[in-house]
Amino acid sequence: MNDHQVHIDEHRDDEGAKTGMWIFIFTELLLFGGLFIAYSVYRYLNPLAFHLAAEELDTTLGTINTVILLVSSMTIAMSISAIQYKNKKLTLILMGVTLLLALAFMVNKYFEWSGKISHGIYPGSMTLQEASRGELLFFGLYYAMTGLHALHIVIGMAFIGYVMYLVVKNEVQHDNFVILENSGLYWHLVDLIWIFLFPLFYLIT
Amino acid sequence: MSEAVNQHTEVSYLEYKGRFKGLFAWIFSTDHKRIGLLYLYSMLVLFSVAALLGLAMKIELIAPGKTIMDAQTYNSFFTLHGITMIFLIVVPGLPAVFGNFFLPIMIGAKDVAFPKLNLLSWWIYIIGAFIALSAQFIGDGPPDTGWTFYAPYSFRTGTNMLPAVTGAFVLGFSSIATGINFIVTMHRMRAPGMTWMKMPLFPWALYGTSWIQVLATPIVGVTLLMIVLERTMQIGFFDPALGGDPILYQHLFWIYSHPAVYIMILPAMGVISEIIPTFARKTIFGYKAIVVSTLAIAFVGYFVWGHHMFTSGMSGTALYTFSILTFFVAIPSAIKIFNWVATLHKASIDIQTPFLWALCFLFVFMVGGLSGMVLGALSTNVHLHDTAFVVAHFHFIVFGGTGYAFFGAIHYWYPKMFGKMYDKSWANIGLAIFFTGFNILYLPMFYLGMTGMPRRYYDYVDEFHGPNIVSSLGALLMISGLIIIITNLVRSGKHGETAEADPWKGKTLEWTVASPPSLENFEEIPTVTKHPYGYE
Ligand code: HEM
Ligand SMILES: [Cu+2]
Repeated sequence: MNDHQVHIDEHRDDEGAKTGMWIFIFTELLLFGGLFIAYSVYRYLNPLAFHLAAEELDTTLGTINTVILLVSSMTIAMSISAIQYKNKKLTLILMGVTLLLALAFMVNKYFEWSGKISHGIYPGSMTLQEASRGELLFFGLYYAMTGLHALHIVIGMAFIGYVMYLVVKNEVQHDNFVILENSGLYWHLVDLIWIFLFPLFYLIT
Repeated sequence: MSEAVNQHTEVSYLEYKGRFKGLFAWIFSTDHKRIGLLYLYSMLVLFSVAALLGLAMKIELIAPGKTIMDAQTYNSFFTLHGITMIFLIVVPGLPAVFGNFFLPIMIGAKDVAFPKLNLLSWWIYIIGAFIALSAQFIGDGPPDTGWTFYAPYSFRTGTNMLPAVTGAFVLGFSSIATGINFIVTMHRMRAPGMTWMKMPLFPWALYGTSWIQVLATPIVGVTLLMIVLERTMQIGFFDPALGGDPILYQHLFWIYSHPAVYIMILPAMGVISEIIPTFARKTIFGYKAIVVSTLAIAFVGYFVWGHHMFTSGMSGTALYTFSILTFFVAIPSAIKIFNWVATLHKASIDIQTPFLWALCFLFVFMVGGLSGMVLGALSTNVHLHDTAFVVAHFHFIVFGGTGYAFFGAIHYWYPKMFGKMYDKSWANIGLAIFFTGFNILYLPMFYLGMTGMPRRYYDYVDEFHGPNIVSSLGALLMISGLIIIITNLVRSGKHGETAEADPWKGKTLEWTVASPPSLENFEEIPTVTKHPYGYE
């Protein structure tokens, strides 16, 4: 009877696994979609305040982070090619680089946030209480959206880290790498969301 | 499976011994059938509690003034009742229990596409339920906002909102996981020969439902998250004092919650589409029309959320648009009713308990749907919004529709799930009492709403006394019926007669396997050549 148990567990369908991941990615986009709606409504209602508040953000830091994420998307995509060429070492290096870039993003984010906080700009702060309603909303959205995005970075890092472990243990190989592809897809999603956040908060002022 | 074993030596999924023993063999099982039953038992407990809360509210309303509880208790009761019934029972209900159990079997598969994710979604469900219910016991008193968590009250109230909202947020992930799982299962695992247009209608309904679960749940997820951030970090998304807009909350909430009502009703329609042809011994009339209307409901259902907000403040254009779209969305539902009734036309009907449930469903669903039209018209809505009429409408359609389909489904598939047959006469008596009580309970609420009784109050003026007495007595009768029904089902699990593989002469694939099915459902994956309801 135990053979049957094994049989069910062994059911493998890479196409299905990828379909599942794609659908999940749609749900993630929709999750952010709610916040994008809130952003557009409040920007429409408070154009001037959003303009002024956006000037407070550091475009340089934002640009650096954008570049970091774009490069990391490239490295994870390359790692998927590497595994197909049966190059385990290169796969691991490229995944490691992706993780390091993600870390760099987070460090950057840390400095950016702590800079804001030291200027008294954070939800519920005295400074913001005196600011206009629009600015209050802008920074509320800023923290909520970039915070939720940062959380996704962390989840993505954990996911990629776990897949690295599977690669080390040879459980992910040139003929069985759908989970690596899925972690890559997830990472591209994280990147994609940032591509929207960056102009909304840093560029259009 | 070269060493194909004889059907009779294959043990059933109930007796199968895997890696774990006892309780663990259930709560860590990735077998879709066991997971279905896990959901069933969890929901049975939650439903009983929530139903008793409902009864307590009706007893409170039997006379004006304070009868058995004060206003604050009443507020927390309708909140808990609503949260439990909506988020923990009717939204996940039919897909989680019967979808899990029967979807793979009906499409000729051995399990769902991601069995581990399936188990995870049950665990998320349980964790979400615990978080949501913990609000009752810890912190500053049970939540009192109603299941809709309207802003700005939901972050101004001193009661313990955080766990309730967080719990609902967590439950969303369970719903999404199930949705993804079912979609992929249907795309990838249909038996050879089962084209989309040969798929039975319950799986079709689950397909539509799953897409709504996947595409709508994230919106309510982020909305609830915003409430959490608002309460914990004073980010003023919806608080006018902080620049936010409470109406935006209502929009975001209903963008999910209206499609969510179709999450509740589509699988119910799927169940009815299975029961009716089986007992009519006839192919379902207009199979394609039912499929198309299922997809149409799933689609149009996205664009009508505004009908919950006709009195909240919207532009005239928005009002007209939402109203006309609301009327459109009723058309596919009506198409289904015609199809079911046409299936019965000139059929040689075998009247059995599941069929009686389906008939009662048709009646209550029509009352619910037609009262929905009354609410969807602008002028009447202004008069009826937030009155007992709305409560009657959605009980007729949520309890009447989804609830009846749930009980219909359990009476239909019980022999397959447990290999036993329940006592049919007690089941019918229970249904008769339940159905009578149901109508006595909810029909007067239409009248009360029209004469102006608001919803969500523990007290009312003397003019409303008469109909309220009738309604409360109906509640007692209905609960008695429920007790008979559930007791009969539980008892028959032990004492019932052994059921055959196909007690109702059904034609879909689940009736071709043993009752109860074996672990892998099929020894050999069947090849499908015929239409699912091939009677003639
Ligand atoms: C024929 C199709 C339907 C129409 C035209 C319709 C229309 C409406 C309208 C206009 C309202 C808002 C009333 C108000 O608050 O003023 C409403 C409320 C409601 N409907 Fe429906 N409805 C339909 C079907 C359904 C279905 C299928 C379900 C669920 C299975 C459902 C569940 C609800 C619920 C739960 C509410 C109350 C929400 C609340 O405020 O707590 N309806 N319906
Ligand atoms: Cu609605």
